[in-house]
Amino acid sequence: MPTRHINVNVNGTPREILVDSTWTLLETLRDGLGLTGTKEGCSNGNCGACTVLLDGKTACSCLVLAPEADGREVTTVEGLDTGGRLSSVQDAFVKEGGLQCGFCTPGFLVSTTFLLSNIPDPTEDEIRLNLAGNLCRCTGYDKIVKAVQRAAATK
Amino acid sequence: MPTFDFAAPTTLAEAVTLMASAGTVRALAGGTDLIDQLKTNRRNADLVVDLKRVPELQRLGSDADGLHIGAARCCSDLHHDPTVNRLYAGLADSTGLVGSVQIQNRAAVGGNVCNAAPSGDTTPNLLVHDAIAVIAGPSGARRVELTDFFVGPGQTVLQKGEFLQELILPAPPDDSASAYLRFIPRNEMDIAVAGVASFLHIDPATKTVKKARIALASVAPTPVRARAAEAVLEGKVISASLIDAASVAAVESATPITDVRGSAEYRKELVRVLTRRTLNICLDRIGVSL
Ligand SMILES: Cc1cc2nc3c(=O)[nH]c(=O)nc-3n(C[C@H](O)[C@H](O)[C@H](O)COP(=O)(O)OP(=O)(O)OC[C@H]3O[C@@H](n4cnc5c(N)ncnc54)[C@H](O)[C@@H]3O)c2cc1C
Ligand code: FES
Ligand code: FES
Repeated sequence: MPTRHINVNVNGTPREILVDSTWTLLETLRDGLGLTGTKEGCSNGNCGACTVLLDGKTACSCLVLAPEADGREVTTVEGLDTGGRLSSVQDAFVKEGGLQCGFCTPGFLVSTTFLLSNIPDPTEDEIRLNLAGNLCRCTGYDKIVKAVQRAAATK
Repeated sequence: MPTFDFAAPTTLAEAVTLMASAGTVRALAGGTDLIDQLKTNRRNADLVVDLKRVPELQRLGSDADGLHIGAARCCSDLHHDPTVNRLYAGLADSTGLVGSVQIQNRAAVGGNVCNAAPSGDTTPNLLVHDAIAVIAGPSGARRVELTDFFVGPGQTVLQKGEFLQELILPAPPDDSASAYLRFIPRNEMDIAVAGVASFLHIDPATKTVKKARIALASVAPTPVRARAAEAVLEGKVISASLIDAASVAAVESATPITDVRGSAEYRKELVRVLTRRTLNICLDRIGVSL
C-alpha cells in the first residue's frame, strides 16, 4: 500500500498525518484523527453528511482523496465554534430544533456556514437550493430552514 | 477501492511525464465521478494524477482566441464568473445544475467532458459555443473540435498519456446568446432525462438568424449537435413558427434509449419542448421579441 505523510491544517491546527493514497478525507478525519463529527451516509456524494470546508469551500469529504488535502485547510463541524461557544449557526439549530436524530446535522451546519458567508440574507428558495446537497431523513426540512433564517437574522 | 499511487504535479511538464507513466493512469480533476468509480471498482488505477495544482489547468480568462477554461477549473467558479454569465449564459446555467453546491465546488467542466457521459450537463453548452479541446500529451499539444472529441459513452479521442488541458470558447458576437434547460423529475440533484443547449445569433435589424447551434444531452450515446434543426433556423427570419419547426427538426438528432429515467418517446418529446424553450430564452437574452 503506497503511504505518505500529508500536512493538513485541521480546524486551525497543523497536523501531519500518515495516510494511504486510497484513503478518503472522510476516513482520514474519522479514523485517522478521531474527528467523528463528520458522518458517512451514502459515501458517493449524494447525502452531504460528510460535508467539510476544504480551503473554505464545502466539499463532500467522501469524494476527496486524503493526499489531495496535503497543504490545505480543512474545517469540520468540530471547528465551527468560536472559543468553546456555539457559533450563531449552531445556536440557531439548537433554538429552532432543526434536528431530530442529528446524523445529518454536522453536514447541515457546515453547508449553512458556507451559505451564509456567501449570501448573508438568503431567501427561502436560496436556502433550499443551497442545502439541496444535504439530506435529512427526519425533520422534513422546515425546521432546518427556520434555523438557517434565525442564524441569518442573528449573525 | 483498487490500490493506486497518487501524484499531484505542479507544472504542465510534470503532468505530461506522470500521465505517460506505465500502467493504468487516471487523471483526477474534482473526483466527483472518478472517486466513486474507483470505490465501486468500476475503474481501476495504478496511478491517480491530481491535475488541480497545474496552473494551466486552472486557467479562466479571455484573449484573442476566446475564453480559456482550464480543464480542472470547478463549476462554481464558472457559475459565478461575470464573463461566463455575460457571454456564455448557457454554460453559467449548466454549471449551477451539476449536483449540489458541494459537488459544484469540486466538479470541473473538464471532468464532465472527459467522463463523457451522454447526460453531462455542461458539455452541450460547450458544443453550442464551438468549443475547441486543447489536448496535452507526450508528443506535444493538439487541438480537436469538441464535436469530434466523443467516441461513445465514456469514450473520447484521448490516447494513452494524453489529457485535456483546456477548452477554448471563441468570443460570441454581439446580439447572440445561449441557454440550457434539462428535465429531471426533482428540482435538483438528478441526472438529466434530456437536456438541450441552444445558441442564437440574430441580426437585430432584419431579425434574421445569422447562426444557430443546438446540442442535446441524454438522448444519444454521446452529446450531439442537432444539425438539422440548426439548418432550419439559419438564414431565416426568426418567428414562433420557425422555432416550432426547428424544435421538431431537433428530434431527428435524438436517438434515445428507454431506461428507468424515461422512455425513448418521452425523451424525444422533451427534446422538442426544451429546444423551443431554450431558443425562446436565447431571444429573450438577446432582447429580440417575436
Ligand atoms: C451527487 C452527484 C451529483 C451529480 N450531478 C450531476 C449533474 O447534475 N450533472 C452532471 O452532468 N453531472 C453530475 N454528476 C457527475 C459529475 O459531478 C460531473 O460529471 C463532473 O463534472 C465531473 O467532474 P470532476 O472534475 O469531478 O471529474 P473527475 O471525477 O475528476 O473525472 C471524471 C473523469 O474524467 C477523467 N478526467 C478528469 N480530468 C481529466 C483531464 N483533464 N484529462 C483527461 N481526463 C480527465 C477522469 O480520469 C475520470 O475518468 C454528479 C455527481 C455526483 C457525485
Ligand atoms: S457520505 Fe459523502 S455525501 Fe454522503
Ligand atoms: S435529523 Fe435525522 S437525518 Fe436529519
